[in-house]
Amino acid sequence: MIASEMKRAFPILAVITALLLAYSTYQALVVAPTERTMGDVQRIFYYHVPSAWTAFCLFFVNLIASIVYLVRKNPKADALAVSSAEVGVVFCTIVLITGPIWARPVWGIWWTWDVRLTSTLVLWLIYVSYLMLRRFSDSAQTPVLAAVLAIFGALDVPLVYFSIWFFRTQHPQPVIGGGGSLDPRMLHVFLLNLFTFSCFGAMLCWARYRLELLQREVEEVESLQSLRGVPQ
Amino acid sequence: MNSKGFLYAAYIATWLIHGLYIGVLARGYSRLRQQLKDLNKSGK
Amino acid sequence: MSPMHSITWATLTKDICLEWRSKDALNSMLFFSLLVVVIFSFSFDPNAEESREIAGGLIWVAFLFAAVVALNQTWTRELRNQVLDAYRVSPAPATALFVAKALGNFILVSVLEALMAPLFMIFYNLRALGPAWQLIPVAILGTWALVVNGTFFAAMSLRTRSREIMLPLLLFPISIPAVQSMVEATRIILSGDGAARFWIVLLLTYDVVFTTACLALFETVLQAE
Repeated sequence: MIASEMKRAFPILAVITALLLAYSTYQALVVAPTERTMGDVQRIFYYHVPSAWTAFCLFFVNLIASIVYLVRKNPKADALAVSSAEVGVVFCTIVLITGPIWARPVWGIWWTWDVRLTSTLVLWLIYVSYLMLRRFSDSAQTPVLAAVLAIFGALDVPLVYFSIWFFRTQHPQPVIGGGGSLDPRMLHVFLLNLFTFSCFGAMLCWARYRLELLQREVEEVESLQSLRGVPQ
Repeated sequence: MNSKGFLYAAYIATWLIHGLYIGVLARGYSRLRQQLKDLNKSGK
Repeated sequence: MSPMHSITWATLTKDICLEWRSKDALNSMLFFSLLVVVIFSFSFDPNAEESREIAGGLIWVAFLFAAVVALNQTWTRELRNQVLDAYRVSPAPATALFVAKALGNFILVSVLEALMAPLFMIFYNLRALGPAWQLIPVAILGTWALVVNGTFFAAMSLRTRSREIMLPLLLFPISIPAVQSMVEATRIILSGDGAARFWIVLLLTYDVVFTTACLALFETVLQAE
């Protein structure tokens, strides 16, 4: 019963999320005040940082789902793991593309190997390798192997951040995204976009999760029928 | 490309990527639904 | 000797004996490293100061690629003779097998490094301006970092398509902090520019974290194959 209620909720929530996205984009492009030093380009911030936040949340979901799968062997946990990893990589890709597009007009260079962007790049590499393992591994134990890799990846993340951070303190470079405080009106638009992108990330993950469950259902029906000798 | 051009490039790139992904998901859905329908029909 | 130690010792000595008789892996790795050194020499033509800056990177990239050559054949011998299946059904602890394989790879790569390092010093006219003895902990910790994860991921790649390329695809991203630490520490020691202590401590942390993870999760991976 809960499953069918959730199935009906999905389109409604999807429409609400789409409207929220339109509204927060309008806020980001029009309503938010123009930044003094960087000008209009700074508005990329309202997309760049919330996408990063959403990606990190999704990778965290992947870690939890992987651990749950290793402990409980629940196939739904594995479905959630692959969904969150895939959608996380999508958002992470957007962070890596909007970052250089922002950096170029502001600092004249596409890439600075600064801490945040470089850590995000390594995170992207780790989760792409996770997706490749899932794609290239044929055995029935792929979910177990992938879950183990997810744990290794998660263990690596703080080490990655520290090593790049220390390297940067020795060889300083401009930081994409800058530091500094935020005007309260900007903060308001930022938080709105943060919330909206989180909802969007959750919706995409949910959609991918349902697709994965559907895929497994089709495979199950197929194998049951071939066992019964039904001609395909 | 002036400053605003980069801004629009970033926003458009974002929605292009999201749009592509949603398209892939939608195509997967319709393909699987069709497969399930065919399987149920042949199974009967 | 406890069962765990005796199994580890037996597997390790068996691998070393087999390798010593054929010297297949060692010879191919040696020649591969030499080729990498020579090709790098054509790509970069550094004078003495520059070579001290980039030598760290060149050396460790060459060793990383050579290590992958060694790691790829870690488990193939076991697969061929169904030894892995025997291990799965035996009561022997999986960690014993893992430690033996990792130690075997460590010895192999260390021998390679010991033979190649003088060659590097000659080709690039290297002389350490900082405390040269620090290169030893860097080499030991760095090699272990590559080998411990490499042996583990080699086991994970066994049932994948394109097994040989899967290992570096999985190993390289996870190894980035370790490689950065090795390269930076080597650069600092060679050019005498600052203290390598942070990088050595980071390497040690990396080794402890991932050795623990590998030992804890190898049983799961072995049963999963």
